[in-house]
Amino acid sequence: MTIVYEDRGDEATGDVPINRIKFTINGQKKIAEVEPRLLLSHLIRRGLGLTGTHMGCDTTNCGACTVLVDGRPVKSCTMLAVQADGHSIETVEGLSGQSELHPLQEGFKQEHGLQCGFCTPGMMMAAKALLAENPSPTEDEVRWALSGNLCRCTGYQNIVKSVLWAADKLRAE
Amino acid sequence: MYPSRFRYEAPRSVGEAISLLSEGGDDAKVLAGGQSLVPLMKLRFASPELIVDINNIPGLDYHREDADGTMRIGALCRHADLEHSALLLSKQPVMASAAPLIADPIVRNRGTLVGSLCHADPQGDWASVVTALGGHVVARGPGGTRVISMADFVTGPFQNSLAPGELAIEAVIPAAKGNLSGGYLKLERRVGDFATVGVAVALETADGTVTRAGIALTGVGGSTISATEAAGTLVGQALTSQTIAAAADLAAAAARPRTDHRGTAEYKRHMVRTFVVRILSRGDGEAGQAAGDTRGANGDSAVTGGRSGAAGGGSANGGAANGGGSDAERAA
Repeated sequence: MTIVYEDRGDEATGDVPINRIKFTINGQKKIAEVEPRLLLSHLIRRGLGLTGTHMGCDTTNCGACTVLVDGRPVKSCTMLAVQADGHSIETVEGLSGQSELHPLQEGFKQEHGLQCGFCTPGMMMAAKALLAENPSPTEDEVRWALSGNLCRCTGYQNIVKSVLWAADKLRAE
Repeated sequence: MYPSRFRYEAPRSVGEAISLLSEGGDDAKVLAGGQSLVPLMKLRFASPELIVDINNIPGLDYHREDADGTMRIGALCRHADLEHSALLLSKQPVMASAAPLIADPIVRNRGTLVGSLCHADPQGDWASVVTALGGHVVARGPGGTRVISMADFVTGPFQNSLAPGELAIEAVIPAAKGNLSGGYLKLERRVGDFATVGVAVALETADGTVTRAGIALTGVGGSTISATEAAGTLVGQALTSQTIAAAADLAAAAARPRTDHRGTAEYKRHMVRTFVVRILSRGDGEAGQAAGDTRGANGDSAVTGGRSGAAGGGSANGGAANGGGSDAERAA
């Protein structure tokens, strides 16, 4: 895996620090050589080509870039890629199987939980962590768990319904 | 946005971290949760040459109570650990009420209490809580270990008294001698915003008399304000509408708020007073009303007083939808 940087001629190439990291992403083991300043979100999007993880605000506000690190939701624009060394990452691409949608994806479809869809991957990853911990959340608990994820289209009503739909489905499975 | 180039080290022991920090001097920064540092580096407000990531050091993620009741919070204890802590819920009401109000749930998975103290943001919530509780920071460096009271730890906005080479390894809350009560209230425009106003009150009582009081204010000055006169007026007294009102007035007088996009100075000062009354009046509604709690008159929806408060506003992100996101508005 290669990540290409602009050569602005202001730094000797030999001075660029490179760290080798090993990590798991969506169940697959990977090795990467990264500059320490590379953000986890860019490793995922550019290094691995997994563009389902969206960059929204780039300032730790919006939560669109949320991925799971060892099962816990993290804003991947606010973690260094080099910190993924030895850890397990899960992105929205890891939700579904070969053909079947994950109940969360199905829930967002059934309950119209998205309009432009930009915040959706982050919403689903935050929701996945919630449902793993609390399979029967109340509406308030869903709202609380998603309060670090911003949506500018839906007004949140259908997002909350989608997560509750997925919780029902997962309990029934 | 990218941070500027830096060297990255991930030591596996406190000793190794201290050597690296000593070597790096002023150009080295400790990376714990990174929820303030990484945004600052991306904005190039901070451009350290060496990052010492302490996340791989085992044994720093604890929060525990010693046999004598002293509470210790390790440098890698995340806000979320504190939010979900049964120990805090049963033993430490002030910290337990603050933990769910830090930033947002995702940031709380990474950010740390000790990191928040070190970051010394005037709008950081934990600094007020730890100040009100009379807490300390334990720092270890090449010269050994020293204990720094919160009053001496924060030296100004975003400045702490750690020497180059020193690592803050834990925060310590002394054991309460009386019955501990109090809490933290935070006025914020939306989940994840910095506090417009935050008030921490820690109270120890014995036989109906206050034996120790701490009151500290967030977001209404150049750094965390310890309202010592307000707290002092409570000691030796019973909580009555008169003593509560006196303390609230003194706390409001200690605030040094500035008018900004979060509200006018007058409004913020008023909210300091209201929050002090509100916390001190818990379980004693009559005293609170007589002391001038303006609950209701102010429109309580903006006040996040805990889990139910934040979730009860109709939409978890209701405030965000009209608040607009500003850059790097984060707690550590």
